[in-house]
Amino acid sequence: MKILVCISHVPDTTSKINFTENDTKFDTNGVQFVINPNDEFGLTRAMWFKEKQGATVHVVNVGGPETEPTLRKALAIGADEAIRVNTTATDGFSVAKQLANVVKEGGYDLVIAGRESIDYNGGMVPGMVAKLTGANFVNTCINLEVNEDKVTAVREIDGGKETVSTSLPLVIGGQKGLVEESDLRIPNMRGIMQARSKPLNVKEPVDASAETQTTNFEKPAPKGAVKLVDSVDELVNLLHNEAKVI
Amino acid sequence: MSVLVYTESEEGNFKKIALEAVSYATGIAEMMETTVTALAVNGGDASQLGTYGADKVLEVSNDKLSKFNAEAYADVIAQAAKAEDAKVVVLTSSANAKFMAPLIAVNLEAGYVPNVTELPAGTSPFKVKHSVFTNKAFATTEITTHVKVIGLAKNAFGLKEKSAAATSEAFSPQLSEDDFSVKVVSVDKATDKVTIADAEIVVSGGRGLKGPENWGMIEELAETLGAATACSKPVSDMGWRPHSEHVGQTGKPVASNLYIAIGISGAIQHLAGINSSKVKVVINNDPEAPFFKAADYGIVGDAFEVVPQLTEKLKAFKAQNA
Repeated sequence: MKILVCISHVPDTTSKINFTENDTKFDTNGVQFVINPNDEFGLTRAMWFKEKQGATVHVVNVGGPETEPTLRKALAIGADEAIRVNTTATDGFSVAKQLANVVKEGGYDLVIAGRESIDYNGGMVPGMVAKLTGANFVNTCINLEVNEDKVTAVREIDGGKETVSTSLPLVIGGQKGLVEESDLRIPNMRGIMQARSKPLNVKEPVDASAETQTTNFEKPAPKGAVKLVDSVDELVNLLHNEAKVI
Repeated sequence: MSVLVYTESEEGNFKKIALEAVSYATGIAEMMETTVTALAVNGGDASQLGTYGADKVLEVSNDKLSKFNAEAYADVIAQAAKAEDAKVVVLTSSANAKFMAPLIAVNLEAGYVPNVTELPAGTSPFKVKHSVFTNKAFATTEITTHVKVIGLAKNAFGLKEKSAAATSEAFSPQLSEDDFSVKVVSVDKATDKVTIADAEIVVSGGRGLKGPENWGMIEELAETLGAATACSKPVSDMGWRPHSEHVGQTGKPVASNLYIAIGISGAIQHLAGINSSKVKVVINNDPEAPFFKAADYGIVGDAFEVVPQLTEKLKAFKAQNA
């Protein structure tokens, strides 16, 4: 089985979000970038398929040279090869088109992506890659088993979960549950050393125009101060008469 | 030309988010001087959609669609969009809507923007505001394609009644084998509990509760309020509560009217996930907890004392106002 894990290069979850150039660009100054958490759960599940079922695992990112440390980290965790599509990610659709091309050329059976990236929260890339490549698609996937080309997956739904059966080729939008937080791997020295000599192939982009264009960003209006109360009587009164939520 | 809105229902009743989506679609249709067509699959009472501005309701009644199936439902919506010559397709931000939206967008060669919080500033160019960085910021994005797909954020636009009458029409989509290549084997869903996605009120517990055995008082408070229960990331990571209750940046987003955080310090990742809730209440014994800076109301006190008192008070309040 050939697995492609899509890696989004995102600001660490503790990052302060600021914008620059007249609020048109995300301010990367002082920001630490990491593997998108939803992708990391998927990458860790892919390692299981590699170790238990002999799968080959490649990772891919659409982005400039600045994303290579993130791909190296994925190699240090255990991926066999990395691909960087050398173009600036503009919108979800154009990224999905680049990835679909990588999927077709590489003949991957299973594509694992995160449910959404924690920066732009688009949540569209996995579904679009599935539709563009004609693969089956399971979103918000929290468990995945593959036997030959038969697939059983569990997905989270509002208020519960659902078990589905399908077949390869498949794209999943994954999240926590694919593996547990405690299963995530911190690269060890051996992994980091090996990662240096693993292939990181830079691929030139195909023609893919964006369908959406972000013109500017803004931050939420600052919040008023908290109203501290001394008793539950006062709280219930305020929630009823002032906030009008009960 | 029209604006198409897909209206989600459960057991024959339209969801509140569906009615919100109709209200929103009506707002766009007014800007574009066109009509609103609502699409309902095995849905509820179609006249209800007219109340929020739908001019026409396409009703699909098909046993094959009795269970949600993303590929099949996306196909139905795309077919309806083509039949109605829809320029804008409005969806919600439910898990199912987010599953289908990218499939519909590719099918219609439409640009898609999720988590949209208000009506477009203008329709030519078509620019919408949407939340990004898990509610830590907003972006304004232009959709440049001929057809546009919009995912409306929950509880952002609200319900707006218009009291028009909607005409109903049966709609029979063409379904193929390929639409069902992902088959639902079983659904495991607690039907007696309010879900975080649908809840008007969410009661959430953190590490300050010291252990899973102390969740009884959280559940009792939630039950009194008709609320859903949720938890912080450490609580779900330690296995005190199921992952499905984890709210925050890497968990579920919350956009309820009222969010009550008990024993949660308010890490930046948690605050991001609950930011779009309208009113936030914090109960914490540490007055320095960062959550107090993000809250509307707070009680500095021991949760083990305050929560049972609050539940009692609310029971009395409910009895009085019943």
